[in-house]
Order: sequence, then structure tokens, then C-alpha cells
Amino acid sequence: MGDPGTKSELIDLDDLRTSSGLTGRRHLLSLMVENRPGVLARIAGLFSRRGFNIDTLAVGPTEDPNISRVTMTVDGALHPIDQVTKQLHKLVNVIKIRDMEPETAVAREMALFRINAAADTRAEIMEFANIFRAHIVDVSRRSITVEVTGTTEKIDSFERMVRPHGLIEMARTGEVAIARARPES
Amino acid sequence: MRAADALCEALKAEGVKHVFGIPGGASLPLYDALYDADFEHIQVRHEQCGGHSAEGYAKASGRVGVAFATSGPGATNLITAIADAHMDSVPTVFITGQVRTDLIGTDGFQEADVTGMTLPVVKHSFLVTDPAQIPDYIHKAFHIAKTGRPGPVLVDIPQDLSRADIDYEPITGTPKLPGYQPTTEGNIKQIRIAAKAMANARRPVLYVGGGVVNADASEELRELAGSDDFPVTCTLMGLGAFPAPHERWLGMLGMHGTRSANYAMDEADLIVAIGARFDDRITGKLSEFAPRAKFVHIDVDPAEISKNVAAHIPIVGDAKDVLPKLTGEYRALAADSARLDDWWKQIRSWQEQYPLHYEDSADSEIKPQLMVEEMYRAAPDAIITSDVGQHQMWAAQYFNFAEPRKWLNSGGLGTMGFGLPAAIGAKVAMPDETVICLAGDGSLVMVCQEMATAAAHGLDVKVFLMNNGYFGMVRQWQELFWEERYKSVVMGPSPDWVKLAEAFGWGGARVDDKGELAGAMKTALETPGPYLLDVHVTPNENCYPMIPAGAAARDMVG
Ligand SMILES: Cc1cc2nc3c(=O)[nH]c(=O)nc-3n(C[C@H](O)[C@H](O)[C@H](O)COP(=O)(O)OP(=O)(O)OC[C@H]3O[C@@H](n4cnc5c(N)ncnc54)[C@H](O)[C@@H]3O)c2cc1C
Ligand SMILES: Cc1ncc(C[n+]2csc(CCOP(=O)(O)OP(=O)(O)O)c2C)c(N)n1
Ligand SMILES: [Mg+2]
Repeated sequence: MGDPGTKSELIDLDDLRTSSGLTGRRHLLSLMVENRPGVLARIAGLFSRRGFNIDTLAVGPTEDPNISRVTMTVDGALHPIDQVTKQLHKLVNVIKIRDMEPETAVAREMALFRINAAADTRAEIMEFANIFRAHIVDVSRRSITVEVTGTTEKIDSFERMVRPHGLIEMARTGEVAIARARPES
Repeated sequence: MRAADALCEALKAEGVKHVFGIPGGASLPLYDALYDADFEHIQVRHEQCGGHSAEGYAKASGRVGVAFATSGPGATNLITAIADAHMDSVPTVFITGQVRTDLIGTDGFQEADVTGMTLPVVKHSFLVTDPAQIPDYIHKAFHIAKTGRPGPVLVDIPQDLSRADIDYEPITGTPKLPGYQPTTEGNIKQIRIAAKAMANARRPVLYVGGGVVNADASEELRELAGSDDFPVTCTLMGLGAFPAPHERWLGMLGMHGTRSANYAMDEADLIVAIGARFDDRITGKLSEFAPRAKFVHIDVDPAEISKNVAAHIPIVGDAKDVLPKLTGEYRALAADSARLDDWWKQIRSWQEQYPLHYEDSADSEIKPQLMVEEMYRAAPDAIITSDVGQHQMWAAQYFNFAEPRKWLNSGGLGTMGFGLPAAIGAKVAMPDETVICLAGDGSLVMVCQEMATAAAHGLDVKVFLMNNGYFGMVRQWQELFWEERYKSVVMGPSPDWVKLAEAFGWGGARVDDKGELAGAMKTALETPGPYLLDVHVTPNENCYPMIPAGAAARDMVG
């Protein structure tokens, strides 16, 4: 377009763009939901019905007994996050959704690892735990159980470190997150 | 007050005049309360049909439709209707009895977790756990069902709770729902951008859906179309939102739409979608859908925008609010209509080249398309309900719906058997209107017990049965796409429909000669009381034109 006679204030159709689509990154969604029976089933059902995948999911109380917080991670390379959050918003029991930007949120996960700990490797595992500021929460003749808290990346790397020693069992909570306080001026 | 009585008070406060349903053990307290209620209960013959009647009631009147069912099988029978209302965004409230609280979870007699089963197909649901919640939940259910994008809401009430005593205080005001605040007002900046894009479009199309019917915004739509020379096409669910015939009217679009409408979408440079959801019956092959177009998308449900087709100018809001603002902004730009001349020349040439057409029989045989044309001549202003199949598509093509809420059908779920119960619901809601169900012979037999409902309640509904002896639509697909390997599509031996009608206390007649068709329809319409006209039509007629499933608009056949 743009031929003479076209009013300059009009919008050239060629300039129009769409904004939605895949973001290509992992998203951490924090949902405030009403604390009542069936809410989690609605959320889970929505994901399965729409063909979305939840990578991790953590549910727990908040400072308000009527409200629970659901924290979930969703892969923005596979699903349009925009569509995921809009569908979640349609659930009447979902009060608020925040797509937590990594810079503006503190996110933590906790994991328990039970690791083979024969006499010759025991010291090395304890050393790892030390480096990762992890806690040893249970010890037996053959194994050590370690609690690690931190970012998902930290837990991933702890897992990579101990796996060669024989990882017997692992349990992870999935991330929980909270917005960072704004810097005071 | 007994909670069940409080429920009736709440329904009355919501303005309920009619409810549809069937009682049972778990809903005995509710029915005991209905005994004294100020509104009418229409006892149907199958819960699914009670649900469809509630839908027909809502679609015809714009008011919330209500249906009752008991626990277990009563509730599961409702599910098809709930799913149907969900797909077509019909404002409905479904109230089910549930087993006693102490039996829940024990596989008690007639226990079915209807709340769980319907989770994917409700707008929202409430399982009552405290009898004092009942009136509050009813008001919330109505509020949710009718605002924003409408839809079905389920309220499941355990038997012991509905008979419990509560302190009842009438509730007024808008219910408090912190997680539910639909956006109805369109963003004016976005509307302005849309107007400016429209003023620059050379090949615009207004693509109008059921949302405009729901918004009661056909007047506003006509204003927008007339603010310049915008061509208009409607989806199956939008028919009547724009008056047909009309000089700007392209006919329905989509799989069985007109070539003009589909070609216009294909060549458009700007498509303004208004209360339409880019269903696959419209888009066909998504990658080849309207390849040259930019999209303005107006919808009250933000999740519909960019769900299937990415929007360039999204506008979230009620069409009733957005359309007048858009018209105003557009008019202010004083765009030059002459820029659309070439576009209209192109459209007119398609219209001339590809009108809807069929070959009439050389003998007395009744062509199905002729049957619809004859219906239109006989009752152009009637409320028409339909089942699902070829007859539904022919109605969409050949009956010129001039007003909204006159065409009631099942589009999203495509539920056979919708027509008769929907007609019953429509007649209850709009007793002064002529209500005709254009039925398919495969569909009608699924719900024919509802003839008893109409007879019992003295409801003057007419059924015009398009009797082609087949599951015609399936037969057509087997013929065209499955090498004529016809399997399970013959309806014979079919019932003697006239005798069946008479058995239910209806009037009835059969017609198979086109010379007698108009007279037979006239008799049917003039005979007081419910009446079935069994119209025998060409058995093997195919419905054209058509875009084969998964193909593009350019690949239309027939
Ligand atoms: C056998 C068969 C064949 C079919 N063939 C065709 C065909 O050829 N062509 C065709 O069009 N359809 C056809 N359909 C129907 C099709 O399956 C869909 O049901 C239909 O296309 C959807 O219509 P719609 O887009 O108008 O959406 P609807 O289902 O009517 O949805 C309405 C939309 O409007 C929005 N809305 C609601 N209220 C408002 C408001 N107040 N303001 C703004 N927005 C609002 C909603 O959020 C929703 O997005 C066929 C169905 C069957 C059973
Ligand atoms: C409840 C239900 N079952 C099956 C189908 C699949 N189906 C779609 S159209 C159709 C045939 C409809 O036959 P009829 O009512 O006679 O209409 P016709 O196509 O012959 O006009 C069938 C079986 C459906 N849509 N709904
Ligand atoms: Mg048939």
C-alpha cells in the first residue's frame, strides 16, 4: 500500500504484526487459587485437556488461609504461554497468575538424594554436600541421604555430581517462587 | 427454611419462570420444594433432552436455561447437553441431586461423581458441602452462566443437604467471585487501531459468529457494516446476526458455506472476526487459511484470541460495547468507499458465477433443498431448530435467517437429537412464536420420546422431518471419501412416523410429492397442537458446495 491518497494516519496493513507464539524458554507460573476441594483437579484437567505439559508443580498454603499458591513450570518452547495463562485465568477458582521473570523473582527447590556411600566414596560425597551447602539428613552403612535446597540449576548439578556414585533414589519438590521486594529508594 | 425451598427462592429471585427435568431419589427434596414453587417445571422424558430444552430456551430468549436431574444415571444422562452448552456457549444452569454426604465416595446407590465427570465441559461447577451455601451458589451459578462468555454451570446438591434447615436471607447484588471478572469493555486504543486498519483495507471481510447473537448486537453489527461497504459473512452459529438476504451478505462461510464467502476470506487483506472462534470447519487447512489477511479479533473471551489464528489487532470485550465504538472511530476517519469498488466487483462476479444451486427433480420427487425453500416460504419468521446432518446444512444455506435467535442448532458438539427438545425449550420460552424443528430421520429417532413431553404440556411445536432414509451426512462422506463403502448408514426399516406421531397424541401427515408440499406445510402450521410432517426427500442427494476436511477454501467441491 502506501500509495498516494492514503491518509498518513491510517495503518498500513503491512506493518501489522502478531505478538503471540512460543517464547522458547521455561516459565515459572505462580498462581493464587482459592483453597477449596477440587481446585487442583481443575488445573490438572485443564492441562491434560488442552495438551499442555506441566514440568513441575508445587502446591502449598499462603499467608492467607483461604488462598493456596500453586507454582508450576511450563516449557514455553512447546506451549504458547500466553494461551496457557489465558486458559488458567478462565478457571473461576484461580484468582491471580504471575509469570515470574527470573530477574524479579526468587525461586527455590528442595530435593532429597539417597546416594550409595561405600567406605571409599563416603568422604567425597560429604565433600560435595559441603560445597553445595547441603545437609546430611540420614546415614546408614551403605547410603547417605542429602537434602539440597537451591535453584533448579544447582540441584541439577548436584545430581550430575553424585549420579556416578550410584544414586539410589531422588525426590524433588518442584520450584516455589516469590517476587523479589523492589529495591527501596 | 429448608435448603431446597431456599433454592427455589433463589431461582425465583433470578427470574426463573421455567425449569426442565426428571426427579429421582437424590432430588426428592428438591422436587418437594418445586411442588410449591412459583415457576413451572416441565417434566421431560429423558434428562439429555431436559438439558437440550434448557439450551433451546436460552438460545431463543437469551435468558438462562435451567435443567434438573437426579444423581447417578440422571446426572450422567445430562452430560451430553452440558457438553453441548459448553461448546456453543449457552447460558445454562444444571442442578443435580447427589447421594447423601455420608455415602459420597462409598459407591453408594446411584452415586456418580458428576462434578468430576463434567469438569472439562463446564464453565464452572459447585459441589455443595454445607446447606447454607445453596442460595449463594445458585446466584453465583447464574452470574457465571450468563456473563462474559456464557456457558453451563453445574450445582450438585447432596440429598441430606437439600433437606437440611438453614437461615435464609435473600441475597442481592453481584456475587463476589475474586477469580472471575470478565472484561466487557473494549480497549479504545485497540479499537482505534482497528478502525485505522479497516480504513486502509482494500479487501476487508467481517467474519461474524455466535458471539454477536449472544451479545444481542446485530443492530450494532449492521451499523458497522453500513459505516462503509463491508462484506459480511456469518458462521453457522452467527446466522441471523446479519439479515439475509442483504446486498452486503455473502452467505455462510466454512465447510458448507458459499464459494463467495470462502473465496472472499481467501483473498481478503483484512478479516475482522467478531464473536467467532476460528473453528476448523471455517479454517480448513490452517496453514492455507486466508493467507493474505491480517486479523482483527473481537471476542469477550481473551483465550479465544490467537488460539487458532494469531491476531494482529486483538480486542477483548463484549461485541455490544466494542461495535458501536468501532463504528464511531471508523466513521470519524471518513474513509473513501470507492477503494472497495474493485473488491465488490470481484465478489459480485463470484456471486454470479457460483450461486448456491441444486438441480430440481424432473418428476414429483422432493429435493431436500426445495423442502427448506418451501419451509422458508411457509414460515420465514419462525424459530427453526435442527438436528445434525445434511438437513442442518441445507437449512443454513437455504433458509434466509433475517433475525438473531431464530436459528437454534448444535454447532460445536454436533449433537444429533438436539432439534426436538430445543424446539420444546424454545416454545416454552417464546410461546407466541412459531417453532419448527427441521429434523433428520436419523436424529429424530434418538429423541422421539420427547413428543410425549410436548403433548403432555400442550406445546405447539412442529416437526418437519427431512426423511431421506439415511444418516445422510455420513452416507455422503462414505460416498465421497471412503470409496462408497456404505456401512451402517441406512435408517430402514424406519418407523411409520405418522402413526408414531399419532401414538404420542400429535397430528401427523406424510408427503412425498412436491406438488403437495406447500399445502402439507400449511396444514401442519395451521393445525393447532404439535404436528409432525414426514417429508420424503431424494435419498441420495449430497450437500454442496463443500470443503473436504483438512482442505483449503480454494479446494471447494460441488
Ligand atoms: C455437520 C456440521 C457442519 C458444520 N459446518 C459448518 C460450516 O460449514 N460453517 C460454519 O460456520 N460452521 C459449521 N459448523 C459449526 C462449527 O462446528 C462451529 O460450531 C462454528 O463454526 C462455531 O461458530 P462461531 O465461530 O460463531 O463460534 P461460537 O461457538 O458461536 O462461539 C462464539 C464466540 O463468540 C464469543 N462471544 C460470546 N459472547 C460474546 C460477546 N458478548 N461479545 C463478543 N464475543 C462473544 C465466544 O467467546 C466465542 O469465541 C458445522 C457443524 C456441524 C455439526
Ligand atoms: C449423537 C451423535 N451420534 C453420531 C453422530 C455422527 N453423525 C453426524 S451426522 C449423522 C447422520 C445424521 O442423520 P440424519 O439425522 O438422518 O440427518 P441427514 O444427514 O440424513 O440429514 C451422524 C450419524 C452425531 N453427530 N451425533
Ligand atoms: Mg437422514
